[in-house]
Amino acid sequence: MATTVENLPSPGHERPVGFGRLKRKEDARFIRGKGTYLDDIKLPGMLHGAILRSPFAHAKINSIDTSAALALEGVAAVMTAKELETLGLAWMPTISYDTQAVLAGDKVRFQGQEVAFVIATDEYIARDALPLIEVDYEPLPVVVDARKALDPDAPLIRDDKPGQVDNLATPTWEAGDEEATEKIFAEADTVTTRDVMYPRCHPSPMETCGMIADFNPETGQLDLYNGNQAPHVHRTVYAHVAGLPEHKIRIMCNDIGGGFGNKVPVYPGYVCTIAASIVAGVPVKWVEDRNEHLTSTGFARDYIMHSSIAAKDGRITGLKVDVIADHGAWDSTAQPTKFPAGFFHICSGSYTLDAAHVKVKAVYTNKAAGGVAYRCSFRITEAVYLVERMVEALATEMEVDPIELRMRSFIGPEQFPYETTTGWTYDSGNYAETMKVAMEIAGYEELRREQAEKKERGELMGIGVAFFTEGVGAGPRKHMDILGMSMNDGADLRVHPSGKAVVSISAQTQGQGHETTFAQIVAEELGIPPEDVEVRHGDTDKSPYGLGTYGSRSTPVSGAAVSLVSRKVRDKARLIAAHMLETRPEDLGWEKGRWFVKGDPEQGAAIEDIALRAYSGESLPTGMEGGLDAQIIYDPPNLTYPYGAYICVVDVDPETAQVSVRRFIAVDDCGVRINPMIVDGQIHGGLAEGLGIALMELISFDDDGNCLNSSFMDYLIPTSMECPDFELGETVTPCPHHPIGAKGVGESPTVGSPPAIVNAVIDALRQGYPDVTHIDMPCTPDRVWAAMQGRPEPPQ
Amino acid sequence: MEVTITINGQEVTRDIEPRMLLVHFIRETPGLTGTHWGCDTSNCGACIVHLDDKAVKSCTVLAVMADGREVRTVEGLERDGNLDPIQEGFHEQHALHCGFCTPGMMMASRALLDENPDPTREEIREAISGGICRCTGYVNIVNAVRWAAEREAEIKQEA
Repeated sequence: MATTVENLPSPGHERPVGFGRLKRKEDARFIRGKGTYLDDIKLPGMLHGAILRSPFAHAKINSIDTSAALALEGVAAVMTAKELETLGLAWMPTISYDTQAVLAGDKVRFQGQEVAFVIATDEYIARDALPLIEVDYEPLPVVVDARKALDPDAPLIRDDKPGQVDNLATPTWEAGDEEATEKIFAEADTVTTRDVMYPRCHPSPMETCGMIADFNPETGQLDLYNGNQAPHVHRTVYAHVAGLPEHKIRIMCNDIGGGFGNKVPVYPGYVCTIAASIVAGVPVKWVEDRNEHLTSTGFARDYIMHSSIAAKDGRITGLKVDVIADHGAWDSTAQPTKFPAGFFHICSGSYTLDAAHVKVKAVYTNKAAGGVAYRCSFRITEAVYLVERMVEALATEMEVDPIELRMRSFIGPEQFPYETTTGWTYDSGNYAETMKVAMEIAGYEELRREQAEKKERGELMGIGVAFFTEGVGAGPRKHMDILGMSMNDGADLRVHPSGKAVVSISAQTQGQGHETTFAQIVAEELGIPPEDVEVRHGDTDKSPYGLGTYGSRSTPVSGAAVSLVSRKVRDKARLIAAHMLETRPEDLGWEKGRWFVKGDPEQGAAIEDIALRAYSGESLPTGMEGGLDAQIIYDPPNLTYPYGAYICVVDVDPETAQVSVRRFIAVDDCGVRINPMIVDGQIHGGLAEGLGIALMELISFDDDGNCLNSSFMDYLIPTSMECPDFELGETVTPCPHHPIGAKGVGESPTVGSPPAIVNAVIDALRQGYPDVTHIDMPCTPDRVWAAMQGRPEPPQ
Repeated sequence: MEVTITINGQEVTRDIEPRMLLVHFIRETPGLTGTHWGCDTSNCGACIVHLDDKAVKSCTVLAVMADGREVRTVEGLERDGNLDPIQEGFHEQHALHCGFCTPGMMMASRALLDENPDPTREEIREAISGGICRCTGYVNIVNAVRWAAEREAEIKQEA
């Protein structure tokens, strides 16, 4: 049975045994500066690595001379592709079944590509050695614009791939019914068409990527310290790529300074660090700098979308979209194997469309690879941005209020589970209700009146709306895998004789508060106070196998595993309690923390007494093993589908074109909330990232393929000055198939906020410039100004 | 060259290269790894410490420039086993997620309250704007600093 909002403790509860606003357990070390991030770790005899990177976006490598670097005092070794070839490590597979160079041998294919790896006695010396390496490059023509990548005269980027004759990375992938969609469009009253771009941006967690590899030549044991979002999968990848025995590899993540999808992939720097430690026989540390992080690790988005939306009888009826995806020099986008465009085909949104059709084609360009999900469940961010921009544009064309059009077209609460036209089964929802809560908090009617008044005075105030449905918690074994591994998660619960417990999970926190939230799930299920439940994670030797944390999957998958493993323990506890109380198990009732005799509730056994009994010398039910432990691997039957209604109010300065977000109202329905404080915090953070994407964050390139946003001077991240005091609201519609009714929330705000903000900016501009029909992100003053002058340009 | 820097009340002397950054000196010599490095360009503020009671980005100060001076880091906030109200406020108000920016944010906030014990939300936003937090959206950091300001006012009144 799913937990409902009625039996949640009040939000003010300070020390809940179970769900509620519990302060975080992990804070104790962080507020004292005692976290253990990768660069905080020092091992005896450790050498330091640094990477030489390509200054060119596309160039043939004629020769590499490392002699001067090797001659520098303190340099232990310099590795190039030649050395890696002897180890069979010059190339490695990507997460999308492509290959990528670990170190460039034949040529470089993007600026910032890894060319050589130096190890030295300290980091300063390792970096001193980099300019001493002489590389003879022969520059080649460059293609940076995905729209030109398939031109007949475009330079061939992937000449390493047998049979590759052009820059097509993945052939056209389709979802939905094209014929049915064309029919809907032919019958439509209104059709609106737009070119919409989701430009390249970068997750840029505050801690960059890095690794310490510690290979023990005597035992063959390889210890890896590396903050990544999926340690178990990484272990399997290293075993397959490097041919190392998996049982001799241990990955320890410790504390991670943010991930946001960027720390899902295996990067060439990791493979170099491992190879260096194996060759040198000592620990090797490599930590990239911010420039390296922004220019070479997983970017996000880069979707160029051409779309049309149709309406009939005042309701949205159809959507079609044709996408060119820019995957960079390697196809290393992150998504389940059978979904080359991720979950983009959820772009039919929250509406009862009669038909939809999606086509996605991906190309190679001379840009860094990635296509990671920056706080997003596999391209859902692009999908939601597209549909919510198109709905807004359609409403403008129909001269109907954008909320009114959405209300007319929403999937009704009675229609769930709802099969969408592109093949998803939405679990539960009451969209109109959530939309109304947002309107109420915003004071929507009053805002529209204020806007009209301001328009009279020549002021540009905009109100933007977005309504999103996400599919998170990937995913069911029957539909999804990554690199052949099922997207399941394990949980292992041990209740000690004193009634205190350790739960080990395969999810990997990067700041989400798992040490608190997962303890609360055990507390809710077993009545053991959360402070008495230790959550273990981030060490592949100490946690069960699972696919890790991204795609908002921790609560939907790992959370379900923890809930169900607790119930397994509770079931065993019932048998022991019945034995202790000399009654039948079916005569017992459960209240949090205690089995009691239904007919005589005073008679009962608390979980800690049952735990002691389970390990003691006293008798147990016939045939029962001692101890109070359980293990589980959870295979989710479906994704979960959180949703939300967002309203944004912006003011655009008519003279400087500066956009300021005055208010942002976010009403999320993520099902049951385990720790509402943490949920609110996740929403705040996601909104800030969405605001950054909508207004500031852009990775762009010049015609030669030089990255123009390779530091925080140029890659602009919102500070406290740009973010308003976000206004949150909630509705709770439990997930019917999740054991505690939770849906996951971490990425919803990043998914939902960019369209709300862009819709608001366009709405503001239209108060003075009614010809403005679209503006691409990020809405920086220069780009907003250009739109006001009637010459909007997509970003480079 | 030899430098002596007093870090959290302890004198630290070391022979260093003149190019060594203060952030590296703090992290390596006394091993105080609470002060973080996050960018190459003085934009992120993960490295903020107090240099003679003034908040500075320690990636933008050479260790030799701190010779003979006093540095206070996040590890120096807690005194005699008592958390600083800023530390308590960050915990109470859920002002940290991954914790990486937190030391810099707390040191910037501490410097603000030392100068202005009753800042407005706008003043707090301005004071912490030299730092980047990727996780919290800043709302709860502002709440935490207000919480600390009020807590300190209470403590003062009690005393």
